[in-house]
Amino acid sequence: MTEPVPASPVAIDALADEGPLEPPRSQWVDVWQQFTRHKGAMMGGAFLVFITLAVLVGPWILTLDPQTLDIRNKDLRPIYTIIWDGSAKVSWAHPFGTDNLGRDQLAQMIAGGRASMAVGWAAMVLSLLIGTAVGVVAGYFKRLDGILMRLTDLFLSLPILPLLLVAVTLFRQPLRANFGPEGGMFILIVTVIGLTSWMPTARIVRGDILALKEREFILAARSIGTTSGKIIRRHLLPNVLSPIMVSATLGLATAIITESALSFLGVGFPSDYPTWGKMLADAVPRMVDFPERVMLPGIAISLTVLSVNYLGDGLRDALDPRIRGR
Amino acid sequence: MLTYTIRRLVLAVPTLLFISFAIFMLLQLAPGDPMAQVPLTVPPEVKQQMREALGLGEPPLVQYWKWLVQVFWIEPQVFIDWVTRESWLLGWLPDTQLYQNELRVISWQTRSPVMDIVIQRLPQTMWVVGLAYVVGVLIALPIGVYSAYRQYSVFDQAGTFVTMIGFSIPPFFTGPLLIVIFSVSLGWFPSIYDTTHVVNDWASFKVQLQQMVMPVMVLALQTTAQISRYMRASMLDNLGADYVRTARAKGLSEAVVVTIHVLRNSMIPVVTVIALGVPAIFGGAIITENVFKVNGIGQLLITALFANDLPMVMTLTFIFAFLIVMFNLIADVLYGVLDPRIRYD
Repeated sequence: MTEPVPASPVAIDALADEGPLEPPRSQWVDVWQQFTRHKGAMMGGAFLVFITLAVLVGPWILTLDPQTLDIRNKDLRPIYTIIWDGSAKVSWAHPFGTDNLGRDQLAQMIAGGRASMAVGWAAMVLSLLIGTAVGVVAGYFKRLDGILMRLTDLFLSLPILPLLLVAVTLFRQPLRANFGPEGGMFILIVTVIGLTSWMPTARIVRGDILALKEREFILAARSIGTTSGKIIRRHLLPNVLSPIMVSATLGLATAIITESALSFLGVGFPSDYPTWGKMLADAVPRMVDFPERVMLPGIAISLTVLSVNYLGDGLRDALDPRIRGR
Repeated sequence: MLTYTIRRLVLAVPTLLFISFAIFMLLQLAPGDPMAQVPLTVPPEVKQQMREALGLGEPPLVQYWKWLVQVFWIEPQVFIDWVTRESWLLGWLPDTQLYQNELRVISWQTRSPVMDIVIQRLPQTMWVVGLAYVVGVLIALPIGVYSAYRQYSVFDQAGTFVTMIGFSIPPFFTGPLLIVIFSVSLGWFPSIYDTTHVVNDWASFKVQLQQMVMPVMVLALQTTAQISRYMRASMLDNLGADYVRTARAKGLSEAVVVTIHVLRNSMIPVVTVIALGVPAIFGGAIITENVFKVNGIGQLLITALFANDLPMVMTLTFIFAFLIVMFNLIADVLYGVLDPRIRYD
């Protein structure tokens, strides 16, 4: 009978429920925003993406085989030489010039970058896997902590570069016989770099796990009967992701430099298989006449490592909640 | 502190033993025959005898034991004999004559004792590497201090950029780059380090300086990058501390506050980093020695590796490991000595 009281359209102003101004933001949005503020990291990331894409899709665009010998067009200078030297031997077909056997430098750079980046990524992933595993196990299981940390200390006191040289020179032959010259060398270099560079990651991860495992949420998880494996996978690993990512960037930089150093010293990939380090080493004897053959691979290595380092710098800032938002 | 030092010293022994054993086993696993270069006309049984003459007939554990005895027992005897006989420091002592012609570690390449060759090569490495380290540290410390004092200034930004470059450009690139610029284009410095050069007057001293500039610079760039970073971070930690405000509040001049109060405290972690970096620079010197043709121990290691000279490789790698373990220990002890709050007991 009675008319329903119409709901008052205007509530008392003071009681009006103002919703949050913006929807809650996930942690990764914050991280991304902090990351974009770091100019160096953005540039580093962009360059890394560029160089990765270049070495991945480059061979489809520049369909020149880096191993083709074109002896009539040997010792061409890069195209930009013409700016200051009109009489230089250049050709638009070979923008970066050719080497003393007439192999196209740009194609070699791309193929070399492929090898360097592949070794870098694979060795970095391997060292991260070992480092994280050792760190998590050492931090979580008290009984294994002592042994694993002594092992880490032991590995840290190994002379890395001499040992790498020893391992690579001594085990080259059998691995080549089993996996082919390139495959065997790839496996060997990735394994030795991975096996000798996991220690910093293990230490950092162990430290973080030690602190995390005393927190309440781990206690809660354990009290409802979660097994150790699941605690590690669901609760601990996601929380140590940020230090792992930072050490991943550092690991990538070290792996690229180490591979190039090995190639430079002449113990890397076989002689017909270009990598940046080997191109640099091969060019050193004639660098007076052809400085660009040293400069181009050297700049490629340096810029890649520089961009990876800046990327790591930015990631460290972005992933650190104490710095974020300031 | 003393007990801590002694305990660490005692612990270093099994570490070194384990490392040497690991290196030895690695070399044992490796294929490669020291007789591979011997002509095929030599009959196999003669080759076998030659192998045994090199000590290869024994089982690996016996070989390892003999190597241990030679390095830790016989070589020190030779060294003590040399010290009491020829060195100018202790030459006045009576000759000890401990060494009675036992077999020393013999190089397969030259058939002469490994240690003699190492001692011949060591001065070149020490001069270049040691000087590079000193120069690097001397450049790095003021840069670190000033860029922390003026944080985010132009100088600091430039310093950060230069250290990033120092981290990123590998020595096998800076080396050739410097050679192209300074010895080919400008002709200021020689591109090859001449180790036979004798310094006996001012002109030859200048030549020596000139040939040392580039390798030292290449190595120093890396050192500078690392240490100035640490110095800056450590200074930043201390500049905001309460005791600095107190010092300023009681009217001390800025120079006194920075150099006496902040710098001294900031040096504590940096000194340990400097000690820790010494063995690493020996590793980096392998590449630099290769670029500038310095015939130091890094170059010795590479030639020995290519020549399959296992005793030489074994001994050299062990020397590198020994340096790392020792400097780790020195760094830890120094940290405790410099910072009285840290006691390891």
